[in-house]
Amino acid sequence: MVTEHGSAARARRIGRLVIYGSLIALAAFYLMPLWVMITTSLKSLDEIYGGSFIGLPRSVTFEAWSKAWSQACIGTSCTGLKPYFVNSLMMVIPAVLLSTGIGALNGYVLTKWRFKGSNLVFGLILFGCFLPFQAVLLPMAQVLGKLRLSGTIPGLVLVHTVYGICFTTLFFRNYFVTIPDELTRAAQIDGAGFFRIFFSIMVPAALPIMVVSCIWQFTQIWNDFLFGVSFTAGDSSPITVALNNIVNVTMGRKQYNVDMAAAMIAALPTLVVYVVAGRYFVRGLTAGAVKG
Amino acid sequence: MTRKKPISDRVADWLPRLVMAPSLLVILVGVYLFIAWTGWISVSSSRMVPSYDFVGLEQYYRLWATPRWHIAVVNLFIFSSLFLLVTMGVGLVMAILLDQNIRAEGALRAVYLYPMALSFIVTGTAWKWILNPDLGVQKVVNSLGWEGFVFNWITQPTFAIYTIVIAAVWQSSGFAMAIFLAGLRGIDNSVIKAAQIEGATLPRIYASIIVPMLRPAFLSVIVLLSYIAIKNFDLVLAMTNGGPGNATEVPSTFMFQATFRRNQMGVGAASAMMMLMTVAAIIIPYLYSELKESRNGH
Repeated sequence: MVTEHGSAARARRIGRLVIYGSLIALAAFYLMPLWVMITTSLKSLDEIYGGSFIGLPRSVTFEAWSKAWSQACIGTSCTGLKPYFVNSLMMVIPAVLLSTGIGALNGYVLTKWRFKGSNLVFGLILFGCFLPFQAVLLPMAQVLGKLRLSGTIPGLVLVHTVYGICFTTLFFRNYFVTIPDELTRAAQIDGAGFFRIFFSIMVPAALPIMVVSCIWQFTQIWNDFLFGVSFTAGDSSPITVALNNIVNVTMGRKQYNVDMAAAMIAALPTLVVYVVAGRYFVRGLTAGAVKG
Repeated sequence: MTRKKPISDRVADWLPRLVMAPSLLVILVGVYLFIAWTGWISVSSSRMVPSYDFVGLEQYYRLWATPRWHIAVVNLFIFSSLFLLVTMGVGLVMAILLDQNIRAEGALRAVYLYPMALSFIVTGTAWKWILNPDLGVQKVVNSLGWEGFVFNWITQPTFAIYTIVIAAVWQSSGFAMAIFLAGLRGIDNSVIKAAQIEGATLPRIYASIIVPMLRPAFLSVIVLLSYIAIKNFDLVLAMTNGGPGNATEVPSTFMFQATFRRNQMGVGAASAMMMLMTVAAIIIPYLYSELKESRNGH
C-alpha cells in the first residue's frame, strides 16, 4: 500500500516535470525571434558576418538603432524611420479615436434603441469585420483620388476609420447588450434624452471596452501594411511600408543589424501596449470568436 | 390622442436612426458598393485604368488560364491546410498544458500571445533572418559541429512555402491557444472528476470527453484561422516577396501584383472576387449560425 502510494506520487511528479518542461520549451521557441532581433540589433556588422547569430553581442552598440532611426535609406531618401514613425502616429491617433467613438454610438443604438431592421444593420456591419480588403482596394483607390486624398495621411485615416467601425461596433454592441435595459429605461422615465443617457450612463460603464477597442484599433492600424502600400508612396508611407523598403534594399553589404533595429522600432509601440495592457488586447482578439 | 406629436418628439424618435445613418451609409458604400464596383471591373476590359464596358467572364477565363494564378491557388491550399492543422494542434496542446494549474500561467500565456501584437512585416523580417542559410539557424548548427546540416528551405522554390507556414504558425498559435483555453475554462470540472472516479486516465479523458466538448471553440478557430490564411499578404511579402521566382505566390500577392504592378486591373479584380467568394463561403454561414444561436439563447 505504501509503495503503491509512493510510485503514484512519483508518476505525478514526473508528469508535472514533463508539463513544465514542455511549457518552458514552447516559451523559449516563442521568445527566440524576439531575442534574435534584439541581440542582432545591438551587434556590429563585423560581428554578425563573423558568425555570431544566437549569442549575446560581444560589445553592445546602439549604432544600428540610431542608423535605423535617422539615417537608413528608404528608396532614395536617407532619412531613417523617424518621419515614417511620425506618419504612423498621425494616422493612428485620429483613426483610433474616430472609430472608437463612432463604434460606441453604434453599439448604443443597436442595443438600447433597437429599430426595425437594426439586426440587419448589425449583420451588414459584422460581415465588414471579415472583409478581405483586396475586394475594395481598387474602388477605394479611385475614390481617394477623386477626393484628392490619395497618398495622404488623412486618406489613410479615412480608410482605417471606415473599416475600423465594423470591429468597434461589434465590441460595443456585445458589451452594451450586457447592461440591463432597465437602467436606460429608468433614466428615460426621469426625462433623460438619447445623448444624456449615452454620456452619463453608457460611457462611464463602457470604460473597459473602450480600452479594448482603442488597443485593438491601435494595434491593427499601426500594423497595417496593405492599405499603406496600396494608397501611399514615398514620404507619406506608414512605418510598416518604410520598414519593408529598408529590409528589401539589395545594394551593397546587407546591414542585418540595421534591419533588426528598424523592425524593433516598428514593433515597439504595439509591443509596449501589449506589455502594459495585454489583458485588454486578448479580449479584443477573442471578440471575433465570442457569440454576437 | 389624435393630436400630432410635437416636432421635437418626432425628431427624438428618429434620433437613434439618424445617429446610425452615417455609419450605415459608410459601410454600405465602403463595403458593399465597393464590392459591386470591384465585381464590375472584373467583367470589364480594364487594364491600366478602369473602363466600364462589359466583356462577360473574359477576365475570369484569363485569370484561370494564368499559370501564376494556379501556383497561387495551390500555394494557398498547401499553406492554409498545414497552417490550420499545425496551429490548431499546437494551440490545443498549449491550452491543455496551461489548464493543469500551472504556476505563472499568466506570464506564459503572455509569452505565447505576444506575436499577435506584432506586424507581419516585423515578424517576417525576423524569420527571414533566422532562416537565412548563410547566417541563421543552418550556420549555427553547422558551427556546433554538424557540418552537413542543411536548412535552406527559404531559398528553395519547392520548400519556401513551408517556411511561411512556420512563421505563420509561430505568430498565430497563441491565438488558437487563447480560444481553446477559454473553451476549457467553460467546461464543468465535475465531468473530469466523475470520469476519474470511473478509472479513466487523464489522456483518455481529454481525448474522448473534453476535446469533443470543445466543438464550438474548434469552429471559431477554424473559421478565424482560415480568414487569416486567405488574407495573408504581408508575411509572404516580407519573407519571400512571392519568390524564389514566383514559388510562394498566393492569391493576395497575385491580386496586388496584377492590379498595381502589371496593369492587369481586370484580372486583378477577378482574383479579388475569387478571394471574396472564398471568404464569404466560410464566414457567412458562421456568422449566421453564431447570430441565430445567440438569439435563441436569449
